[in-house]
Amino acid sequence: MKVKQLSLFLENKPGALSRPVKLLAKAKLNVLTLSIADTQQFGILRFILRDWEKARRLLEKEGFVVKVSDMVAIEVADEPGELADILVTLEKARVNLEYMYGFTLKQEGKGVLAFRFDDPDRAIAALQKKGISPVRSVDLFKRLES
Amino acid sequence: MSKHAKTSNGSFHPLSAPDFLPLPQLRDLQLQRLTAIVQRAYDRVALFRKRMDDRGLTPQDVRTLDDIINLPFAEKTDLRDTYPFGLFASPMKDIVRLHASSGTTGKPIVVAYTQEDVQVWTNVMLRAFAACGLHEGDVIQNAYGYGLFTGGLGAHYGAEALGATVIPISGGNTPRQLMVMKDFGVTAICCTPSYFLHLIDQAPEVGVNLKELPLRAGIFGAEPWTESMRRRIEADSGIKAYDIYGLSEIIGPGVAMECQCQAGPHVFEDYFYPEIINLKTGKPCAEGDEGELVLTTLGKQAMPMIRYRTRDITALASETCECGRTLRRIKRIGRRADDMFIIRGVNVYPSQIETALLKVEGALPHYQIVLTREKDLDVMEVQVEVTPGVFADTVGALEQLQSQLSRSIESTVGVRANVRLVQPRTIQRSEGKAKRVIDQRKM
Repeated sequence: MKVKQLSLFLENKPGALSRPVKLLAKAKLNVLTLSIADTQQFGILRFILRDWEKARRLLEKEGFVVKVSDMVAIEVADEPGELADILVTLEKARVNLEYMYGFTLKQEGKGVLAFRFDDPDRAIAALQKKGISPVRSVDLFKRLES
Repeated sequence: MSKHAKTSNGSFHPLSAPDFLPLPQLRDLQLQRLTAIVQRAYDRVALFRKRMDDRGLTPQDVRTLDDIINLPFAEKTDLRDTYPFGLFASPMKDIVRLHASSGTTGKPIVVAYTQEDVQVWTNVMLRAFAACGLHEGDVIQNAYGYGLFTGGLGAHYGAEALGATVIPISGGNTPRQLMVMKDFGVTAICCTPSYFLHLIDQAPEVGVNLKELPLRAGIFGAEPWTESMRRRIEADSGIKAYDIYGLSEIIGPGVAMECQCQAGPHVFEDYFYPEIINLKTGKPCAEGDEGELVLTTLGKQAMPMIRYRTRDITALASETCECGRTLRRIKRIGRRADDMFIIRGVNVYPSQIETALLKVEGALPHYQIVLTREKDLDVMEVQVEVTPGVFADTVGALEQLQSQLSRSIESTVGVRANVRLVQPRTIQRSEGKAKRVIDQRKM
Protein backbone atom coordinates (compact mmCIF):
# COMPACT_ATOMS: atom_id res chain seq x y z
CA MET A 1 0.00 0.00 0.00
CA LYS A 2 2.95 2.29 0.48
CA VAL A 3 5.20 3.74 -2.15
CA LYS A 4 8.85 4.53 -1.44
CA GLN A 5 10.03 8.06 -1.90
CA LEU A 6 13.62 9.30 -1.86
CA SER A 7 14.47 12.72 -0.46
CA LEU A 8 17.72 14.54 -1.07
CA PHE A 9 19.19 17.51 0.67
CA LEU A 10 20.24 20.18 -1.80
CA GLU A 11 21.77 23.56 -1.35
CA ASN A 12 19.92 26.39 -2.97
CA LYS A 13 22.49 27.27 -5.59
CA PRO A 14 22.84 26.98 -9.34
CA GLY A 15 23.46 23.46 -10.51
CA ALA A 16 22.36 21.81 -7.30
CA LEU A 17 19.43 20.03 -8.94
CA SER A 18 21.15 19.01 -12.12
CA ARG A 19 23.78 16.85 -10.46
CA PRO A 20 21.47 14.19 -9.01
CA VAL A 21 19.19 14.36 -12.03
CA LYS A 22 22.11 13.70 -14.37
CA LEU A 23 23.30 10.84 -12.20
CA LEU A 24 19.90 9.16 -12.41
CA ALA A 25 19.70 9.73 -16.13
CA LYS A 26 23.08 8.20 -16.71
CA ALA A 27 22.01 5.11 -14.77
CA LYS A 28 18.81 5.01 -16.83
CA LEU A 29 16.65 5.41 -13.78
CA ASN A 30 13.34 6.97 -14.66
CA VAL A 31 11.80 9.35 -12.18
CA LEU A 32 8.01 9.05 -12.13
CA THR A 33 7.29 12.21 -10.24
CA LEU A 34 9.16 14.73 -8.17
CA SER A 35 8.67 17.80 -6.08
CA ILE A 36 10.97 20.36 -4.55
CA ALA A 37 10.53 22.09 -1.24
CA ASP A 38 12.72 25.13 -1.02
CA THR A 39 13.87 27.78 1.39
CA GLN A 40 16.27 30.62 0.79
CA GLN A 41 19.26 28.50 1.70
CA PHE A 42 18.40 24.91 0.92
CA GLY A 43 15.91 22.67 -0.70
CA ILE A 44 14.65 19.12 -0.47
CA LEU A 45 14.22 17.16 -3.66
CA ARG A 46 11.64 14.41 -3.33
CA PHE A 47 10.99 11.83 -5.98
CA ILE A 48 9.45 8.48 -6.67
CA LEU A 49 10.89 5.88 -8.97
CA ARG A 50 10.56 2.16 -9.43
CA ASP A 51 14.13 1.15 -8.66
CA TRP A 52 14.50 3.32 -5.58
CA GLU A 53 17.04 1.02 -3.93
CA LYS A 54 19.42 1.24 -6.84
CA ALA A 55 18.94 5.01 -7.03
CA ARG A 56 19.59 5.34 -3.34
CA ARG A 57 22.84 3.36 -3.48
CA LEU A 58 24.01 5.38 -6.44
CA LEU A 59 23.24 8.73 -4.85
CA GLU A 60 24.75 7.79 -1.52
CA LYS A 61 27.88 6.63 -3.25
CA GLU A 62 28.10 10.07 -4.79
CA GLY A 63 27.89 11.69 -1.39
CA PHE A 64 24.24 12.67 -1.20
CA VAL A 65 22.27 12.35 1.99
CA VAL A 66 19.23 10.29 1.07
CA LYS A 67 16.18 9.65 3.14
CA VAL A 68 13.61 7.01 2.31
CA SER A 69 10.02 7.64 3.32
CA ASP A 70 6.74 5.87 2.83
CA MET A 71 4.23 7.68 0.69
CA VAL A 72 0.63 6.82 0.11
CA ALA A 73 -0.59 7.11 -3.47
CA ILE A 74 -4.29 7.80 -3.79
CA GLU A 75 -6.41 7.93 -6.84
CA VAL A 76 -8.54 11.04 -6.90
CA ALA A 77 -11.33 11.68 -9.33
CA ASP A 78 -10.85 14.89 -11.25
CA GLU A 79 -13.96 16.48 -9.81
CA PRO A 80 -14.63 19.27 -7.32
CA GLY A 81 -14.77 18.03 -3.72
CA GLU A 82 -12.93 14.77 -4.26
CA LEU A 83 -9.74 15.85 -2.53
CA ALA A 84 -11.75 17.58 0.19
CA ASP A 85 -13.51 14.31 1.05
CA ILE A 86 -10.23 12.50 1.43
CA LEU A 87 -8.84 15.22 3.61
CA VAL A 88 -11.88 15.22 5.87
CA THR A 89 -11.53 11.48 6.36
CA LEU A 90 -7.91 11.91 7.36
CA GLU A 91 -8.68 14.81 9.60
CA LYS A 92 -11.26 12.77 11.47
CA ALA A 93 -8.69 10.01 11.92
CA ARG A 94 -6.31 12.65 13.28
CA VAL A 95 -3.65 11.86 10.73
CA ASN A 96 -1.36 14.74 9.91
CA LEU A 97 -0.61 15.42 6.27
CA GLU A 98 2.92 16.71 5.90
CA TYR A 99 2.93 17.38 2.17
CA MET A 100 1.61 16.04 -1.09
CA TYR A 101 2.23 16.31 -4.79
CA GLY A 102 0.81 14.83 -7.96
CA PHE A 103 1.71 12.33 -10.60
CA THR A 104 1.53 13.62 -14.12
CA LEU A 105 -0.78 10.96 -15.44
CA LYS A 106 -4.52 11.05 -15.57
CA GLN A 107 -6.50 8.04 -16.58
CA GLU A 108 -10.25 7.64 -16.93
CA GLY A 109 -10.80 11.02 -15.32
CA LYS A 110 -8.72 10.16 -12.31
CA GLY A 111 -5.41 11.56 -11.13
CA VAL A 112 -2.98 10.13 -8.60
CA LEU A 113 -1.61 12.14 -5.71
CA ALA A 114 1.28 11.19 -3.46
CA PHE A 115 0.74 11.95 0.21
CA ARG A 116 3.22 12.07 3.03
CA PHE A 117 1.59 11.40 6.40
CA ASP A 118 3.07 11.40 9.85
CA ASP A 119 1.49 7.96 10.29
CA PRO A 120 0.98 6.30 6.89
CA ASP A 121 -0.51 3.10 8.32
CA ARG A 122 -3.21 4.92 10.21
CA ALA A 123 -3.94 6.97 7.13
CA ILE A 124 -4.35 3.84 5.02
CA ALA A 125 -6.64 2.22 7.57
CA ALA A 126 -8.83 5.32 7.78
CA LEU A 127 -9.06 5.59 4.01
CA GLN A 128 -9.90 1.92 3.55
CA LYS A 129 -12.67 2.20 6.08
CA LYS A 130 -14.14 4.86 3.84
CA GLY A 131 -13.78 2.62 0.84
CA ILE A 132 -10.80 4.51 -0.59
CA SER A 133 -8.04 2.18 -1.48
CA PRO A 134 -4.55 3.57 -1.98
CA VAL A 135 -2.83 2.53 -5.17
CA ARG A 136 -0.30 -0.25 -4.70
CA SER A 137 3.22 0.43 -5.99
CA VAL A 138 3.02 -2.41 -8.49
CA ASP A 139 -0.14 -1.03 -10.01
CA LEU A 140 1.19 2.46 -9.89
CA PHE A 141 4.35 1.63 -11.79
CA LYS A 142 2.39 -0.46 -14.25
CA ARG A 143 0.07 2.43 -14.96
CA LEU A 144 2.79 5.01 -15.18
CA GLU A 145 5.08 3.02 -17.33
CA SER A 146 2.52 1.49 -19.66
CA MET B 1 43.12 74.97 14.78
CA SER B 2 43.56 71.24 14.82
CA LYS B 3 41.74 69.52 17.59
CA HIS B 4 44.96 67.69 18.36
CA ALA B 5 46.66 70.89 19.40
CA LYS B 6 45.09 70.75 22.83
CA THR B 7 46.74 67.41 23.55
CA SER B 8 50.21 68.49 22.66
CA ASN B 9 50.86 69.85 26.15
CA GLY B 10 51.99 66.29 27.05
CA SER B 11 50.24 66.64 30.39
CA PHE B 12 51.89 64.30 32.84
CA HIS B 13 49.99 62.28 35.38
CA PRO B 14 51.95 61.50 38.56
CA LEU B 15 50.82 57.88 38.45
CA SER B 16 52.56 57.53 35.08
CA ALA B 17 55.96 57.89 36.78
CA PRO B 18 56.80 54.15 36.51
CA ASP B 19 56.53 54.50 32.72
CA PHE B 20 59.73 56.53 32.81
CA LEU B 21 61.79 54.63 35.39
CA PRO B 22 65.48 54.36 34.51
CA LEU B 23 66.08 50.80 33.33
CA PRO B 24 68.24 49.59 36.24
CA GLN B 25 65.60 50.72 38.68
CA LEU B 26 62.83 49.15 36.62
CA ARG B 27 64.68 45.83 36.49
CA ASP B 28 65.29 45.92 40.25
CA LEU B 29 61.63 46.56 40.87
CA GLN B 30 60.67 43.71 38.51
CA LEU B 31 63.00 41.26 40.23
CA GLN B 32 61.75 42.23 43.66
CA ARG B 33 58.15 41.73 42.57
CA LEU B 34 58.93 38.55 40.65
CA THR B 35 60.46 36.79 43.63
CA ALA B 36 57.51 37.81 45.78
CA ILE B 37 54.91 36.59 43.29
CA VAL B 38 56.71 33.29 42.67
CA GLN B 39 56.79 32.73 46.43
CA ARG B 40 53.10 33.58 46.68
CA ALA B 41 52.12 31.26 43.84
CA TYR B 42 54.30 28.48 45.24
CA ASP B 43 52.76 28.80 48.69
CA ARG B 44 49.16 29.10 47.58
CA VAL B 45 48.55 27.54 44.17
CA ALA B 46 48.76 23.74 44.18
CA LEU B 47 49.26 23.38 40.43
CA PHE B 48 52.17 25.82 40.35
CA ARG B 49 53.78 24.26 43.41
CA LYS B 50 53.55 20.80 41.91
CA ARG B 51 55.16 21.91 38.67
CA MET B 52 57.97 23.60 40.57
CA ASP B 53 58.48 20.53 42.72
CA ASP B 54 58.49 18.27 39.65
CA ARG B 55 61.36 20.33 38.27
CA GLY B 56 63.16 20.38 41.59
CA LEU B 57 62.74 24.14 41.81
CA THR B 58 61.99 26.33 44.77
CA PRO B 59 61.16 30.05 44.77
CA GLN B 60 64.72 30.63 46.00
CA ASP B 61 65.98 29.55 42.59
CA VAL B 62 64.78 32.84 41.15
CA ARG B 63 67.74 35.08 41.85
CA THR B 64 67.83 37.17 38.70
CA LEU B 65 65.23 38.17 36.14
CA ASP B 66 66.86 35.79 33.66
CA ASP B 67 66.10 32.87 35.98
CA ILE B 68 62.47 33.24 34.97
CA ILE B 69 63.16 31.06 31.93
CA ASN B 70 63.51 28.02 34.21
CA LEU B 71 60.00 28.37 35.58
CA PRO B 72 57.14 26.28 34.19
CA PHE B 73 54.67 27.84 31.75
CA ALA B 74 51.02 28.40 32.50
CA GLU B 75 48.45 27.91 29.75
CA LYS B 76 44.83 28.58 29.10
CA THR B 77 44.06 24.90 29.63
CA ASP B 78 45.28 25.30 33.21
CA LEU B 79 42.45 27.73 33.85
CA ARG B 80 40.00 25.36 32.25
CA ASP B 81 41.27 22.30 34.11
CA THR B 82 41.03 24.04 37.46
CA TYR B 83 37.69 25.72 36.71
CA PRO B 84 36.38 27.70 38.42
CA PHE B 85 38.60 28.71 41.35
CA GLY B 86 41.57 26.32 41.25
CA LEU B 87 44.27 28.89 40.54
CA PHE B 88 43.20 31.42 43.15
CA ALA B 89 45.89 32.45 45.60
CA SER B 90 43.56 34.37 47.86
CA PRO B 91 40.69 33.20 50.02
CA MET B 92 37.24 34.17 48.76
CA LYS B 93 36.83 36.75 51.49
CA ASP B 94 39.68 38.76 49.94
CA ILE B 95 38.34 38.50 46.41
CA VAL B 96 36.23 41.46 45.44
CA ARG B 97 35.62 40.73 41.76
CA LEU B 98 35.26 37.86 39.35
CA HIS B 99 35.31 38.11 35.58
CA ALA B 100 34.99 35.35 33.05
CA SER B 101 35.84 34.87 29.43
CA SER B 102 35.40 32.15 26.91
CA GLY B 103 37.58 29.08 27.28
CA THR B 104 38.46 26.32 24.89
CA THR B 105 35.40 24.28 25.75
CA GLY B 106 31.90 25.29 26.70
CA LYS B 107 33.05 26.40 30.14
CA PRO B 108 34.34 29.92 30.56
CA ILE B 109 37.55 30.70 32.39
CA VAL B 110 37.29 32.65 35.59
CA VAL B 111 39.65 35.34 36.81
CA ALA B 112 39.71 36.98 40.23
CA TYR B 113 40.80 40.26 41.76
CA THR B 114 41.51 41.39 45.30
CA GLN B 115 40.93 45.01 46.22
CA GLU B 116 44.63 45.57 45.61
CA ASP B 117 44.41 43.93 42.18
CA VAL B 118 41.54 46.20 41.20
CA GLN B 119 43.68 49.13 42.29
CA VAL B 120 46.60 47.92 40.16
CA TRP B 121 44.28 47.43 37.21
CA THR B 122 42.80 50.88 37.71
CA ASN B 123 46.28 52.40 37.79
CA VAL B 124 47.53 50.72 34.64
CA MET B 125 44.37 51.74 32.80
CA LEU B 126 44.80 55.28 34.08
CA ARG B 127 48.38 55.19 32.76
CA ALA B 128 47.06 53.83 29.48
CA PHE B 129 44.70 56.78 29.05
CA ALA B 130 47.38 59.24 30.15
CA ALA B 131 49.85 57.73 27.68
CA CYS B 132 47.67 58.71 24.75
CA GLY B 133 47.22 62.22 26.06
CA LEU B 134 43.92 62.01 27.90
CA HIS B 135 43.44 63.83 31.17
CA GLU B 136 40.96 65.45 33.54
CA GLY B 137 38.21 67.11 31.62
CA ASP B 138 38.15 64.55 28.84
CA VAL B 139 34.81 62.91 28.18
CA ILE B 140 35.32 59.21 27.53
CA GLN B 141 32.64 57.12 25.88
CA ASN B 142 33.25 53.58 27.03
CA ALA B 143 31.69 51.34 24.42
CA TYR B 144 33.42 48.19 25.60
CA GLY B 145 30.94 45.67 26.92
CA TYR B 146 30.20 45.86 30.63
CA GLY B 147 29.73 42.57 32.40
CA LEU B 148 31.76 39.41 32.68
CA PHE B 149 34.02 40.70 29.91
CA THR B 150 36.91 42.66 31.44
CA GLY B 151 36.86 45.42 28.83
CA GLY B 152 34.02 47.54 30.13
CA LEU B 153 34.83 47.77 33.82
CA GLY B 154 38.58 47.86 33.26
CA ALA B 155 38.38 50.95 31.09
CA HIS B 156 35.72 52.45 33.33
CA TYR B 157 37.77 52.39 36.52
CA GLY B 158 40.88 53.73 34.82
CA ALA B 159 39.04 56.59 33.13
CA GLU B 160 37.31 57.60 36.35
CA ALA B 161 40.55 57.50 38.31
CA LEU B 162 42.12 59.72 35.66
CA GLY B 163 39.46 62.29 36.48
CA ALA B 164 37.82 62.07 33.09
CA THR B 165 34.07 61.98 32.68
CA VAL B 166 33.03 58.45 31.84
CA ILE B 167 30.00 57.54 29.81
CA PRO B 168 29.37 53.84 30.55
CA ILE B 169 27.37 53.27 27.41
CA SER B 170 28.64 49.72 26.85
CA GLY B 171 28.41 48.10 23.42
CA GLY B 172 25.70 48.20 20.79
CA ASN B 173 22.91 50.56 19.72
CA THR B 174 24.86 52.49 17.14
CA PRO B 175 22.46 55.43 16.65
CA ARG B 176 22.48 56.07 20.40
CA GLN B 177 26.29 55.84 20.50
CA LEU B 178 26.48 58.53 17.84
CA MET B 179 23.87 60.71 19.48
CA VAL B 180 25.68 60.55 22.82
CA MET B 181 29.02 61.18 21.16
CA LYS B 182 27.69 64.38 19.63
CA ASP B 183 25.43 65.65 22.40
CA PHE B 184 27.78 64.93 25.34
CA GLY B 185 30.86 66.41 23.74
CA VAL B 186 32.78 63.15 23.80
CA THR B 187 36.54 63.57 23.34
CA ALA B 188 37.64 59.92 23.40
CA ILE B 189 36.07 56.56 22.77
CA CYS B 190 36.95 53.00 23.83
CA CYS B 191 35.73 50.16 21.63
CA THR B 192 36.90 47.55 19.16
CA PRO B 193 38.43 49.04 16.01
CA SER B 194 35.90 47.25 13.82
CA TYR B 195 33.04 48.74 15.79
CA PHE B 196 34.50 52.20 15.34
CA LEU B 197 34.66 51.62 11.59
CA HIS B 198 30.99 50.78 11.82
CA LEU B 199 30.34 54.04 13.69
CA ILE B 200 32.20 55.91 10.94
CA ASP B 201 29.95 54.33 8.33
CA GLN B 202 26.75 54.96 10.25
CA ALA B 203 27.48 58.53 11.33
CA PRO B 204 26.22 60.19 8.12
CA GLU B 205 22.96 58.26 8.41
CA VAL B 206 22.14 60.05 11.64
CA GLY B 207 23.54 63.37 10.50
CA VAL B 208 26.76 63.24 12.52
CA ASN B 209 30.03 64.47 11.06
CA LEU B 210 32.76 62.90 13.19
CA LYS B 211 35.35 65.38 11.96
CA GLU B 212 33.37 68.27 13.41
CA LEU B 213 33.06 66.71 16.85
CA PRO B 214 35.53 67.30 19.70
CA LEU B 215 36.33 63.57 19.52
CA ARG B 216 40.11 63.27 19.17
CA ALA B 217 41.21 59.82 20.38
CA GLY B 218 40.12 56.23 20.10
CA ILE B 219 41.43 53.52 22.42
CA PHE B 220 41.00 50.43 20.31
CA GLY B 221 41.61 46.86 21.30
CA ALA B 222 40.14 43.46 22.13
CA GLU B 223 40.74 42.24 18.57
CA PRO B 224 43.62 42.24 16.13
CA TRP B 225 43.76 45.14 13.69
CA THR B 226 46.18 46.57 11.22
CA GLU B 227 48.03 49.73 10.27
CA SER B 228 45.77 50.17 7.28
CA MET B 229 42.73 50.08 9.55
CA ARG B 230 44.42 52.73 11.67
CA ARG B 231 45.03 54.90 8.63
CA ARG B 232 41.46 54.54 7.48
CA ILE B 233 40.04 55.35 10.91
CA GLU B 234 42.24 58.40 11.28
CA ALA B 235 41.55 59.69 7.77
CA ASP B 236 37.81 59.16 7.95
CA SER B 237 37.15 60.46 11.43
CA GLY B 238 39.94 62.93 12.15
CA ILE B 239 40.88 61.22 15.42
CA LYS B 240 44.06 59.49 16.59
CA ALA B 241 43.67 55.74 16.90
CA TYR B 242 45.62 54.02 19.68
CA ASP B 243 46.22 50.33 20.16
CA ILE B 244 45.58 48.88 23.61
CA TYR B 245 46.45 45.33 24.55
CA GLY B 246 45.30 43.11 27.34
CA LEU B 247 43.81 39.78 28.24
CA SER B 248 41.62 38.63 31.08
CA GLU B 249 44.03 35.96 32.27
CA ILE B 250 46.62 38.64 33.01
CA ILE B 251 44.33 41.44 34.17
CA GLY B 252 42.12 42.61 31.31
CA PRO B 253 42.78 45.69 29.17
CA GLY B 254 45.79 47.72 30.30
CA VAL B 255 48.61 45.21 29.91
CA ALA B 256 50.09 47.43 27.23
CA MET B 257 49.13 50.72 25.61
CA GLU B 258 50.43 52.98 22.87
CA CYS B 259 51.72 56.43 23.64
CA GLN B 260 51.18 59.41 21.37
CA CYS B 261 54.05 58.21 19.17
CA GLN B 262 51.79 55.32 18.10
CA ALA B 263 54.79 53.04 17.78
CA GLY B 264 53.35 49.90 19.35
CA PRO B 265 51.89 49.37 22.82
CA HIS B 266 54.25 49.90 25.78
CA VAL B 267 53.97 47.00 28.21
CA PHE B 268 53.40 48.17 31.76
CA GLU B 269 56.41 46.15 32.71
CA ASP B 270 56.43 47.05 36.36
CA TYR B 271 53.34 44.81 36.64
CA PHE B 272 53.52 42.53 33.61
CA TYR B 273 56.83 40.96 32.72
CA PRO B 274 57.07 40.14 29.01
CA GLU B 275 59.08 37.43 27.30
CA ILE B 276 59.09 36.25 23.71
CA ILE B 277 59.58 32.54 23.19
CA ASN B 278 60.05 30.27 20.23
CA LEU B 279 56.73 28.59 19.51
CA LYS B 280 58.16 25.15 19.03
CA THR B 281 61.01 24.97 21.50
CA GLY B 282 59.61 27.23 24.22
CA LYS B 283 63.08 28.79 24.49
CA PRO B 284 63.56 32.56 24.64
CA CYS B 285 63.86 34.29 21.27
CA ALA B 286 66.73 36.56 20.42
CA GLU B 287 65.99 40.21 21.14
CA GLY B 288 63.66 41.68 18.57
CA ASP B 289 62.71 38.33 17.07
CA GLU B 290 59.13 37.34 16.60
CA GLY B 291 57.60 34.66 18.79
CA GLU B 292 54.90 33.99 21.32
CA LEU B 293 54.31 36.57 23.99
CA VAL B 294 54.60 35.15 27.50
CA LEU B 295 53.53 37.30 30.44
CA THR B 296 54.10 37.07 34.16
CA THR B 297 51.94 39.12 36.50
CA LEU B 298 54.27 40.79 38.94
CA GLY B 299 51.66 42.15 41.28
CA LYS B 300 48.53 40.09 41.00
CA GLN B 301 47.44 38.77 44.36
CA ALA B 302 44.23 36.84 43.71
CA MET B 303 45.47 34.96 40.70
CA PRO B 304 49.15 35.20 39.92
CA MET B 305 50.08 34.05 36.45
CA ILE B 306 53.63 32.87 36.04
CA ARG B 307 54.86 32.68 32.44
CA TYR B 308 51.42 32.62 30.90
CA ARG B 309 51.47 31.69 27.23
CA THR B 310 49.25 34.24 25.50
CA ARG B 311 49.35 32.54 22.07
CA ASP B 312 49.75 36.00 20.60
CA ILE B 313 52.59 36.29 18.14
CA THR B 314 54.63 39.48 18.40
CA ALA B 315 58.10 40.85 19.02
CA LEU B 316 59.47 43.13 21.73
CA ALA B 317 61.00 46.45 20.79
CA SER B 318 63.43 47.69 23.39
CA GLU B 319 64.73 50.81 21.65
CA THR B 320 63.85 53.92 23.57
CA CYS B 321 60.63 55.49 22.44
CA GLU B 322 60.52 59.16 21.57
CA CYS B 323 58.03 59.68 24.36
CA GLY B 324 60.74 58.85 26.89
CA ARG B 325 59.03 55.78 28.31
CA THR B 326 61.50 53.07 29.22
CA LEU B 327 58.82 50.39 28.93
CA ARG B 328 59.40 48.00 26.06
CA ARG B 329 56.84 47.90 23.28
CA ILE B 330 55.17 44.98 21.58
CA LYS B 331 54.66 44.93 17.85
CA ARG B 332 51.11 44.98 16.64
CA ILE B 333 49.57 41.58 17.18
CA GLY B 334 48.27 40.21 13.93
CA ARG B 335 48.13 36.50 14.42
CA ARG B 336 47.84 33.75 16.97
CA ALA B 337 49.74 30.59 17.69
CA ASP B 338 46.52 28.58 17.94
CA ASP B 339 43.34 28.58 15.93
CA MET B 340 41.53 30.94 18.21
CA PHE B 341 39.88 33.85 16.44
CA ILE B 342 38.36 37.00 17.78
CA ILE B 343 34.97 38.11 16.64
CA ARG B 344 33.40 41.30 17.91
CA GLY B 345 35.88 41.30 20.76
CA VAL B 346 35.04 37.77 21.86
CA ASN B 347 37.61 35.00 21.80
CA VAL B 348 36.32 31.93 20.02
CA TYR B 349 37.96 28.55 19.57
CA PRO B 350 36.80 26.15 16.86
CA SER B 351 36.57 23.53 19.60
CA GLN B 352 33.79 25.58 21.19
CA ILE B 353 31.88 25.48 17.95
CA GLU B 354 32.44 21.72 17.88
CA THR B 355 31.05 21.39 21.39
CA ALA B 356 27.98 23.34 20.35
CA LEU B 357 27.40 21.27 17.20
CA LEU B 358 27.95 18.04 19.06
CA LYS B 359 25.42 19.00 21.68
CA VAL B 360 22.70 19.25 19.06
CA GLU B 361 23.63 16.51 16.62
CA GLY B 362 25.13 13.90 18.91
CA ALA B 363 27.97 13.34 16.46
CA LEU B 364 30.32 15.89 15.01
CA PRO B 365 29.47 16.87 11.44
CA HIS B 366 32.00 18.37 9.05
CA TYR B 367 31.89 22.09 9.48
CA GLN B 368 33.70 25.24 8.59
CA ILE B 369 33.68 28.69 10.10
CA VAL B 370 33.66 31.57 7.65
CA LEU B 371 34.34 35.03 8.99
CA THR B 372 33.37 38.03 6.95
CA ARG B 373 32.84 41.68 7.57
CA GLU B 374 29.61 43.31 6.56
CA LYS B 375 29.39 47.05 6.98
CA ASP B 376 32.46 46.77 9.18
CA LEU B 377 30.81 44.36 11.57
CA ASP B 378 32.15 40.86 11.94
CA VAL B 379 29.85 38.10 10.78
CA MET B 380 30.39 34.46 11.61
CA GLU B 381 28.86 31.83 9.38
CA VAL B 382 29.12 28.21 10.40
CA GLN B 383 28.65 25.84 7.48
CA VAL B 384 27.52 22.44 8.59
CA GLU B 385 27.30 19.42 6.35
CA VAL B 386 23.99 17.62 6.56
CA THR B 387 24.48 14.03 7.69
CA PRO B 388 22.10 11.08 7.32
CA GLY B 389 21.64 11.16 11.10
CA VAL B 390 20.06 14.58 11.09
CA PHE B 391 18.52 14.83 7.64
CA ALA B 392 14.80 14.98 7.94
CA ASP B 393 12.55 15.08 4.95
CA THR B 394 10.68 18.26 5.88
CA VAL B 395 11.71 21.87 5.59
CA GLY B 396 10.37 22.57 9.06
CA ALA B 397 12.62 19.94 10.63
CA LEU B 398 15.69 21.25 8.82
CA GLU B 399 14.92 24.81 9.78
CA GLN B 400 14.53 23.68 13.33
CA LEU B 401 17.91 21.98 13.17
CA GLN B 402 19.39 25.16 11.80
CA SER B 403 18.03 27.27 14.61
CA GLN B 404 18.99 24.71 17.27
CA LEU B 405 22.56 24.76 16.01
CA SER B 406 22.55 28.51 15.92
CA ARG B 407 21.22 28.80 19.47
CA SER B 408 23.66 26.22 20.75
CA ILE B 409 26.58 28.17 19.27
CA GLU B 410 25.34 31.43 20.68
CA SER B 411 24.93 30.02 24.15
CA THR B 412 28.36 28.37 24.04
CA VAL B 413 30.47 31.21 22.68
CA GLY B 414 28.27 34.22 23.30
CA VAL B 415 28.26 35.37 19.69
CA ARG B 416 25.52 34.81 17.19
CA ALA B 417 26.35 32.67 14.19
CA ASN B 418 24.52 32.20 10.93
CA VAL B 419 24.26 28.49 10.43
CA ARG B 420 24.21 27.30 6.86
CA LEU B 421 23.39 23.70 6.11
CA VAL B 422 25.43 22.43 3.20
CA GLN B 423 25.55 19.25 1.17
CA PRO B 424 27.81 16.47 2.35
CA ARG B 425 31.39 16.46 1.05
CA THR B 426 31.20 20.08 0.00
CA ILE B 427 33.49 21.36 2.75
CA GLN B 428 37.04 20.94 1.66
CA ARG B 429 39.03 18.25 3.43
CA SER B 430 42.68 18.97 3.62
CA GLU B 431 45.59 16.74 4.36
CA GLY B 432 46.45 16.75 8.01
CA LYS B 433 44.89 19.52 9.98
CA ALA B 434 41.46 20.58 8.84
CA LYS B 435 41.08 24.19 7.90
CA ARG B 436 38.31 25.09 10.26
CA VAL B 437 38.39 28.83 10.02
CA ILE B 438 38.27 30.84 6.82
CA ASP B 439 38.87 34.44 7.72
CA GLN B 440 37.77 36.67 4.87
CA ARG B 441 37.67 39.83 6.92
CA LYS B 442 39.62 42.55 5.21
CA MET B 443 41.92 44.03 7.76
